[in-house]
This record gives sequence, C-alpha cells and structure tokens, in this order.
Amino acid sequence: MDGMSALFIFMLAAFTGYEVIARVPVILHTPLMSGSNFIHGVVLIGGMIVLGQTPPDDAASLAIGFIAVLLGAANAAGGYVVTERMLAMFKSNKGAGEGGR
Amino acid sequence: MSTFIQFVYFLVAVAFIVGLKAMSSPATARRGVQWAGYAMLAAVLVTFYLPGLHNYGLMITAIVIGAAIAWYLGKTVKMTDMPQMVAIYNGMGGGAAAAIAAVEFMRADAVHHPSVGLLAALGAIIGAVAFSGSCVAFAKLQGLLKKTWRVPQQNNVVFFLALFTFGIGLTIGFSSHPGGLELTVFFLLALALGALLTLPIGGADMPVVISLLNAFTGLAVGFEGYVLANPLLIVAGTVVGASGTLLTLLMAKAMNRSIRTVIFAPITGEAQETQGEVSGSLKEYSPDDAAATLRYAQKVIIVPGYGMAVAGAQHKVWEMAQLLEEAGVEVKFAIHPVAGRMPGHMNVLLAEAGVPYDKIFDLEEINAEFAQTDVALVIGANDVVNPAARTNKSSPIYGMPILNVDQAREVLVIKRGKGTGYSGIENELFYRDNCHMVYGSAQEVAARIIQRLKELEA
Repeated sequence: MDGMSALFIFMLAAFTGYEVIARVPVILHTPLMSGSNFIHGVVLIGGMIVLGQTPPDDAASLAIGFIAVLLGAANAAGGYVVTERMLAMFKSNKGAGEGGR
Repeated sequence: MSTFIQFVYFLVAVAFIVGLKAMSSPATARRGVQWAGYAMLAAVLVTFYLPGLHNYGLMITAIVIGAAIAWYLGKTVKMTDMPQMVAIYNGMGGGAAAAIAAVEFMRADAVHHPSVGLLAALGAIIGAVAFSGSCVAFAKLQGLLKKTWRVPQQNNVVFFLALFTFGIGLTIGFSSHPGGLELTVFFLLALALGALLTLPIGGADMPVVISLLNAFTGLAVGFEGYVLANPLLIVAGTVVGASGTLLTLLMAKAMNRSIRTVIFAPITGEAQETQGEVSGSLKEYSPDDAAATLRYAQKVIIVPGYGMAVAGAQHKVWEMAQLLEEAGVEVKFAIHPVAGRMPGHMNVLLAEAGVPYDKIFDLEEINAEFAQTDVALVIGANDVVNPAARTNKSSPIYGMPILNVDQAREVLVIKRGKGTGYSGIENELFYRDNCHMVYGSAQEVAARIIQRLKELEA
C-alpha cells in the first residue's frame, strides 16, 4: 500500500475512534474497554495471513505464526464472550419505582 | 475473489465502528458487540479464501485451541474477576501483533520499504510491552503478585531501556535479514520493558494501566496492518488505539491522577502523616440498629465500594434494597467513577445482581441529592467519600471528586474493620456526629439487615 494513503487512513481512523466514544457514560467504561479489546482481536486475521504465507519448511516461522494465530484467536473469542456477558446484564427495568426524579 | 474479500473486509471495518458506537449507549450496547462479533466471524471466514495461503491445518488447529480455551474461561470467570480477564486477553492481542512482526522480520524473501521496517519494529515493541505488561497486570489483580516492585532509578532505567530497544528495533527494521540472536534480544528487551513499566504500579491505578495497554495493543495491530498492507487491521487497530487513549484519559481524570503520575510516580503507600488531628469518636451501630434506621427513612442512597465487591455482597444488597422499596422507602444507588476496580465495574456488578440501571446514578447526577437524603449507606467504600478531598489541601487525595455523603441527614458505614482506605489516610467522615459505623463483612451485615427488615414487617 502506498505510504501516504496509509497515513491518511491512520489519521481518519484515529479521529473516528476518538469521536465514536466521546460521549460514553461512565457506567459503560469497563464494557467499552472490553469491547474495544475484542475489536483489536482482528489481529487474528493478520496472524492467519503471516502463517498462511510462511513456506511449509520454515519451522521457526511456522511456530511463531502458530502462536500469533493462537493468541489472536484467544483475544477475539475471549474478548467477545467477556463483553457479551457484561452487556447482557444491562437490562432496564422501566417504570419500576422511579420515585422522586 | 480478491476484490470480494477486500470488500468484505471493508464491511467488517464499518461494522466494527458502528458496533463500537452502539456500545457507548446502554440501550444498544449488546447489539453493538453482537454486530462486531458477526463481522469478526465473516472476516475470519473470508480470510481462508485469500489467494496464496497454505498451512491451513496449523491455522485451524491454532484457532480452535485458542478460541476454545478463551471461550471457556470467559464463560466461567466470576464477574468480580472480569478486569483481569480483559487484561489477559488484551495481552494476547499484543503478543499476537509482536509475533506477526517477528515472522515478517524472519521472512527470507522480504524486500521492505523502510517505512514498513520502521512500523513493524514499532508495532513489535508496543505489542510486546502490551503482552508482558498485561501479564503483570493480570498477576496483580488475580492476587498472584502482591508487591509493587521497582528498580533503583526506575524512570531512567525505563527510559534508556526503551531507547536501546528502539535502537535495536530500527537496525532490525532496516536490515534485510536480521540474525536470530538479534531478534531474540530485541523481543526479550521489549518484554522486559513492559514488565518493568507495570511492576511498580499499585492496585488502584491498574484500571488506567489496563486501559492504556489496551490502546497500545490497538496501535500495534494498526502498525502490523500497515506491514501486511491490510486496511482492515489498520482501521480497527487505530480506532481502538485512539478510543483507548481517550478512555484512559477519562479514567485518569475520574481518579484525579494524570497518566504521567500513574506511570512514573505511583503512590508508594507511605502516605504523608501531616494531616490535622481528626476530632470526635467512632460510634458503632449493630446491624439491627441500621435496619431500623433504614426502614424508617424516606429516602436512602446506597454507595457501594470495593469492599462490597470483595465480599460478593451485591445480591444481598439488592435484596435489602428491594425490601426497603416494598416498605415505601425510596432507594437509589450512587456510584463513584472509580468504585470497584475499574470505572463502570461496579455498575456491572450491580447489574449482575439484577439492579436496573435506571436506579444507578453517576457522581454528577446524584451529588446534589445527598442534602435531601435521610440516610446515606456506604458499603465498603472509603476514600471516595472522604470529605478531606474537598477541604484538606495537604491530603494526598485533595481535589479528587467525592460523593458528598456527609451532607445526608445520617450516614451509615458498613466496613470490615477500623483500617484506612487504599490511600492509607484516616477518614474524618467516620468521626462526624451524623455518622455511625456497622462493622462486619458486607455480606453478613446485609444478610442480618434483611432478616431484621423482615421481622419489622411481620
């Protein structure tokens, strides 16, 4: 990829990341951290690509690529389950005793 | 085929951003993570069809083992232990990014543009730091590592180690065939750097550190995305890097600490003992007294803290709150931004116990209400309700926003014993005339109060 357009992508993505969560309420800080933790689990894709491109006779690279995929998969799967479990608990109970507000 | 795959990657990037946006509002949060989940699945599936890949057996084995273990652990871990799970999964992402860089460095046919070598090296350092740092954070939160530990001249050592590691990284990035020894030393130094950065940091600052390491991993993933010429990784990684940085700043602000002081000048535990004498005496209530006080109040605000989380008392506390509501008492929960172990962690714990989130209020929302409240019930919280933060300029926590429980007509404090809070300072609130102490574990005290409330109704 041409370096300059990559720089533009970096810049736009950085502003997007900043804007997207700018107004998050405190109660969602931990789930949101966990959610963004899940999203960088996309590193799994990168692991699959480097492992897939490694020549089958290069044992050292295969081993490290294997570790990359293993860790990436754990990041993605674990991040998802933990986030989903936390968010599943946020159920509203509207109308129940909203006394003096 | 390749165009189709790239288009799917594009849609996945959109879904990630929309999902993250949805995750920042309680009503849509769950949908948000599910969209992102489907997107991740789609990305993995189409990657199998990328042209020119082999080693599918190894790939699938690694995915199945990694995902299965992480899935199982994630499903079974207790809610109280969630923060360290986030830390360890984050570390794995960082480790994966570092491993990708390692494989790229070792490729025999690599003819890299200098910018590729530079970013690969940067991503490798940041990823490795996130990996070892998160492992230390996990060990601390899990209680495997209790001491903070720093080398002499900590900050200088860290600075020069970082500089040196980066130097080696540059030579590796710009050479076409780095030696195995050079690579090993490089990664070992980067790992040591991560551990060295995290070891001196104490428990209460951990959330900020985990959030920072989360942003690091995002950045590392973004850099490796550039190395692999994969825009999906660049976008997802950079978005997480930026949002993670903002989240870290928000958390640090809530704790009245700057990132710089968290990393380079951690609270060492030797709190300065220059504070004025606290006057008054501690007045003790039995759980039965507390039950009666609560039962005959009109409005009660419950302030849960880390002590409640440790005792696992959230279910009992909610049961107690429901009994009070049935008796006509208005009950609200007030949560300090850093209650629990991470901002928002206490909300998760209360939500787990079944407390609807519209009964839970932030510091800014509820602080003005304490003055019209009959009873403020503090459960296992200390520093976040210490009025010294408002008044005593010499106090280490001066300036931290606190919950103004002292303005309530009466304050009840459930506490394990007479010890001080995390910061090690005396809490003058406990000596006020309108404050009564109920000693015991939150779990037992709440159970006793529930029993007594039922007797009062009968």
